[in-house]
Amino acid sequence: MSKRLPQRASEWLKRDKPISFYFEGQKYQAYEGDTISSALWAAGETVLGRSFKYHRPRGVLSLANHDVNVMLADGTDTNMRGDVLPVQDGMQLTVVNTDGGVKNDKKRFIDAISSILPVGFYYKAFHTPRSLFPFWENIIRKSAGLGVVNFNYPRELKRKLHTHCDLLIIGAGPTGLTAALMAAPHGVNIIVVDENAQAGGSLSYDLGGSDESAKRLADLLAELAKYPNVTLRTGAYAAGYYTDHLIPIVETTGITKVRAKAVIVASGAFEQPPVFRNNDLPGVMLATAAQRLLARYATKPCESAVVFAANKQGYRAAMDLLDAGVTVKAIVDLRAEGEPCSLVDAIKSRGVAIYNGACVYEVLPAANKFGVKGAVICSYDEASAKPLLHDRFTLACDGIIMSAGWAPAAALLYQAGTGMRYEKSAEQFVPAKLPAGMFAAGKVNGIFDLAQRLQDGARAASEALTYLGKQVPSVTVDREYIASPSHPYPMVEHPKGKNFVDFDEDISIKDFVHAAQEGFDNIELMKRFTTVGMGPSQGKHSNMNAIRILARIRQLPVERIGTTTARPFFHPTPIGHLAGRGLHPHRLTTLHGWHEAHDAEFTDVGVWKRPAWYRRAGLEKQQAIYEEALAVRKAAGMIDVGTLGKLEVRGPDAAEFLERFYTGSFKTQKIGRTRYALLLDEAGVMVDDGIACRIAEDYFYITASTTNAAAVYREMQRWLQIWQLDVGLVNVTGAYGGINLAGPAARGILSRLTLRPLDDASLPFGAVCDTEIAGVPARLIRVGFVSDLAFEMHVPAGSAQHVWNALLENGAAEGLRPFGTDTQRLLRLEMGNHLIGQDTDGLTQPFEAGSEGAIQFEKPFFIGQRSLQIIARKPLNKRLVPFTLSEGYQGETINECNLVIGADGNIKGRVTSIAFSPTVGRFIGFAYVDPANVAEGAAFNIRTDSGSLVMARVAATPFVQLQSEA
Amino acid sequence: MPLRLLKYALSRKHPAPRFFRDCTEPKKSYDAVIIGGGGHGLAAAYYLAKDHGITNVAVLEKGYIGGGNTGRNTTIVRSNYLTPEGVNFYDASVKIYEGLSEELDINLFYSTRGHFTLAHTESALRTMRWRAEVNKHVGVDSYVVGPDEISKACPQLDISCSGKAPIVGALYHGPGSIARHDAVAWGYARGADSMGVEIFQNTEVTGLDIQSGKIKGVHTSRGYIATNKVLSAVAGFTPRITNMAGVDTPIVIHPLQACVSEPMKPWLNTILVSGSLHVYVSQSSRGELVMGSSLDPYEVHSTRSSLDFVEGLTSHMLDMFPFLSNVKIVRQWAGMADMTPDFSPIMGTTPVEGFYLDAGWGTWGFKATPISGKTMAATMANDQAPELIKPFRLSRFEDYDLTGEKGAASVGH
Repeated sequence: MSKRLPQRASEWLKRDKPISFYFEGQKYQAYEGDTISSALWAAGETVLGRSFKYHRPRGVLSLANHDVNVMLADGTDTNMRGDVLPVQDGMQLTVVNTDGGVKNDKKRFIDAISSILPVGFYYKAFHTPRSLFPFWENIIRKSAGLGVVNFNYPRELKRKLHTHCDLLIIGAGPTGLTAALMAAPHGVNIIVVDENAQAGGSLSYDLGGSDESAKRLADLLAELAKYPNVTLRTGAYAAGYYTDHLIPIVETTGITKVRAKAVIVASGAFEQPPVFRNNDLPGVMLATAAQRLLARYATKPCESAVVFAANKQGYRAAMDLLDAGVTVKAIVDLRAEGEPCSLVDAIKSRGVAIYNGACVYEVLPAANKFGVKGAVICSYDEASAKPLLHDRFTLACDGIIMSAGWAPAAALLYQAGTGMRYEKSAEQFVPAKLPAGMFAAGKVNGIFDLAQRLQDGARAASEALTYLGKQVPSVTVDREYIASPSHPYPMVEHPKGKNFVDFDEDISIKDFVHAAQEGFDNIELMKRFTTVGMGPSQGKHSNMNAIRILARIRQLPVERIGTTTARPFFHPTPIGHLAGRGLHPHRLTTLHGWHEAHDAEFTDVGVWKRPAWYRRAGLEKQQAIYEEALAVRKAAGMIDVGTLGKLEVRGPDAAEFLERFYTGSFKTQKIGRTRYALLLDEAGVMVDDGIACRIAEDYFYITASTTNAAAVYREMQRWLQIWQLDVGLVNVTGAYGGINLAGPAARGILSRLTLRPLDDASLPFGAVCDTEIAGVPARLIRVGFVSDLAFEMHVPAGSAQHVWNALLENGAAEGLRPFGTDTQRLLRLEMGNHLIGQDTDGLTQPFEAGSEGAIQFEKPFFIGQRSLQIIARKPLNKRLVPFTLSEGYQGETINECNLVIGADGNIKGRVTSIAFSPTVGRFIGFAYVDPANVAEGAAFNIRTDSGSLVMARVAATPFVQLQSEA
Repeated sequence: MPLRLLKYALSRKHPAPRFFRDCTEPKKSYDAVIIGGGGHGLAAAYYLAKDHGITNVAVLEKGYIGGGNTGRNTTIVRSNYLTPEGVNFYDASVKIYEGLSEELDINLFYSTRGHFTLAHTESALRTMRWRAEVNKHVGVDSYVVGPDEISKACPQLDISCSGKAPIVGALYHGPGSIARHDAVAWGYARGADSMGVEIFQNTEVTGLDIQSGKIKGVHTSRGYIATNKVLSAVAGFTPRITNMAGVDTPIVIHPLQACVSEPMKPWLNTILVSGSLHVYVSQSSRGELVMGSSLDPYEVHSTRSSLDFVEGLTSHMLDMFPFLSNVKIVRQWAGMADMTPDFSPIMGTTPVEGFYLDAGWGTWGFKATPISGKTMAATMANDQAPELIKPFRLSRFEDYDLTGEKGAASVGH
């Protein structure tokens, strides 16, 4: 039966835009502006979902995303919240977590056997015998969970925006709008956000039988629209509070990260359900939900209602019901004194009976629990919180509208570190000590009367403006309660239970009692044991009642119980929103295009893409690498080393700085010479190495490894801060390209491109000079990492391609070829050079790696020195040695990280590098071995993947004894 | 349906008795005092009573039991570490865990699901081979697998990671498990309580009474307690207690964050970890995806959440599982991880006689709960650390005899 009312002034529906959709296979009509729940409710549907644990039929509770009674799937998406999701034409919706549809859910039997599933039942069973647990676990896992994830759901990456404002106001209800209006004339930049589709908050639904709210809202919005410095964003929720007023605002289109100078939280309060038997049946709903249905969606919550109230809201809702033509059978007021406001007379005059000091003892279910048939009403003793059954009677009705109190929507305040106190006169936690720049107003601040809320909005605006440095008069608020907006204990016990506190998790009063009796009697333990507030609505409708119940059990005041920690997010927030576009930054050298055009196979080295090797027609990877390596050994090869870290260290203390930073000696270094630069951490562990070129007395040019360059630079900056030396640091990594030309033909090739003499006397090993190559200014370094004869050229990044091409052209005749990092690894191994990171690990110190030679112990200080002095006195546990396998070894492949096993069967070390060298004609590598066994020719055993032992022998380096060009 | 539930329902005696007494009045003295009512402290109390007959023990907890890192971790249990010392130690823990539900008579939901540490680069795979070799040597089930085997175990995983970081292999660890973390604390609490241990919640230690290098007692918010043996098992609060004791440790505190999705029907049956993408994820028995990431890069004693953590984590989750775009994150939180330079714990005696340390649990504490309790109890009973935890002694930092587990940390820290 349709519950749709004729058009109303307050409604959000677009009556000229009818749409149709499907729910559980049946077709329904709706209007644009409806949510899924409102459309279904208007169509007379009551069973919109099934509860998580007991599979009880569920309808509308809050209609505000404060519960998850209505969770749907549309074939693409799942766990869609029907209460707030706009219905769309053609939607095909089903209810999640049912077995056989929402009406015929086969799992509904669980409701009948709920007594054998007490709170925490899963801790008490299924674990003995151990062997059966996987069987039970499988059943439990399958019955838990809500929707089924669609593995084909499209990867949606939402945009992210960043913005700043002077004042962010959360909540566009009367309080927030008033605050905005007060602040707007003072020239501050204001953003107002509200999660609802339209602004207005309670003004848009809490009519109380008058059109005053609607008028006030229209006035506020019209006034606010005059200010261009105010942005109003609806359908936008503040998802959390992060340090320094960073607040992500979530909309369908994406997240806007707002950094606000000041924040006013005017987020209102969540209405809390009173607790009584069958308070979860479809047709039992919060007063604000009924009002939302009536005002926004022109839908009757029921035909004939019993209002269960303990505050003024219930009476306002009753007026709204009456105005819409709903029969109000009675108002049942939990309070012995009843409601003091003037609405009482108006309601009585319309023939509605009011029972004070009474409760709804239980709701009588309609067939299949699909709705409400009536309410059993009886007296209630507030002091003992007991129903008095002597006078109970039944009223037939098809709806229970409940209003007993509130919980502040204070999640963001908690996250910001607000100290809260319990305001007894309002029976609510309110802010006691707000962090700087945070302000709270309205219901979240414990103020419910509309006029007072408007004042409070103005008061918060005035305080925020003062905080922002504006001169404004202060505003005071009369915080007075004629009656408390919340009842201190709106719970009605029932021997048969099913009086629900947490609708997400099907937790009723006795669950709390039992949990407390089992020892889980502080709020955090109770939360974890009962799972109250751990469902998708995160306790919005349940935490406050849980606290009240625990306070009653422990006979403590509510403030002694405290609250659980509120953590982001305010509403569950989609992964695609949070992830944003998922940028993965990477860096390319200026030669990247050339590498691509020449079939390079790329590898990731830190953030850089580097050629690992170049594909060649007809060659397998290994063969291609061998050919690249042989070119270097026999003629020449070159590699793009533009990714190397390049750091300038300048200033009068430059040498002193390097002496402290690296292990070597730099004060004695001559201009035009390079020195090996080994970096340790304070524990003496090898971190990085490179070379230090002395360009001038006060100017060093340092290289660092591709992966560590940024970290080395950061460490340099950090130490420079500590040491306060007169040094300037510049990371010029991206400014220069780098090319390493290696092999016996290198000198000949290069000499045709520069006037700089390159012979050993003019440019010996370890020399550095600034010159021109192919007409380009270049820093030329004589290095020897991959070959005895090699030149490293650092040129402006934009000129790297020019020099690369010139080299290639000139070297073609000699057989010059480019090589990649895989080949470079082989070449350096052939030279007997270990690699930090490959041949060392997070604990390797120089004595183990055989790098003692790089350390100047007699210096007054270097990073790691103290540790090394201690380590030096200890026996070594392992030592890195070069090794070869026997000539012609054909056995099982030895892999890096295969272990070195001693005669006693214990681990002595491991292989860190191994490769077949086509030049040497053998497998060569590095391994950690027993330090007693490192003499050249000493044998040790490596255990293969399959477990057999292969003998290797310590070798001398370099493995290749290439003659450099004379 | 198991008989026990039926019996429970039909019993007139329910609810079940308290898990542990509500102790509020400490005695004047105890044979041992344990600071920290998390999993580790409660386990130590339990084994002190059970293995060593020392039952005159007080556990002092500043907040509520299991409220620190016991209740904040992502509940992964595994033993595929990098050093033989580490592997042996965590393997002993796994072995106790496997029978712990029965021993404590509480269902810990100890669920052996298999654990994949994904490698996206050859160098990552190399470390995994190293771990696999060491694990094999010690007899722990752990080996390197290729992308096909990963796909078989988790067909939903995008092996190419949206083309950004293709998976080249993984270290597979069969015994890898998840458990209901709170229940571990509750089970040990009940076990310890039943043997006479007294657990004091909301009881803060304000000072240590040390005379001539020996512990004599503790000052607490509930008064002075005399004792000759004190164990500190307070994870992220370790520096506060060691400062009171005048004991130096190299521990630094970094936040470690995690988050959880809304529940969904089970689909992720394994535990996946990606070091390069800084993600570890499993699906709980409630159906939530439980996700964690690497340590925050800064030192701070705080459990506040940050937005950039969850942005980074979700971005990488989408690389692995592109279909999760509209699955929602319900909650995020943080713990304080007490990090050591070598990523191994600090366990055993200290320079203060009678003051024992169980600390440095960084990101690897939950999985060690049973064995740390057992070995610390033995340490307290005998005033000497058992062999199994000698590699974790505090003095190793002076001796430069570290037990390096950085390479085996779940994600790159």
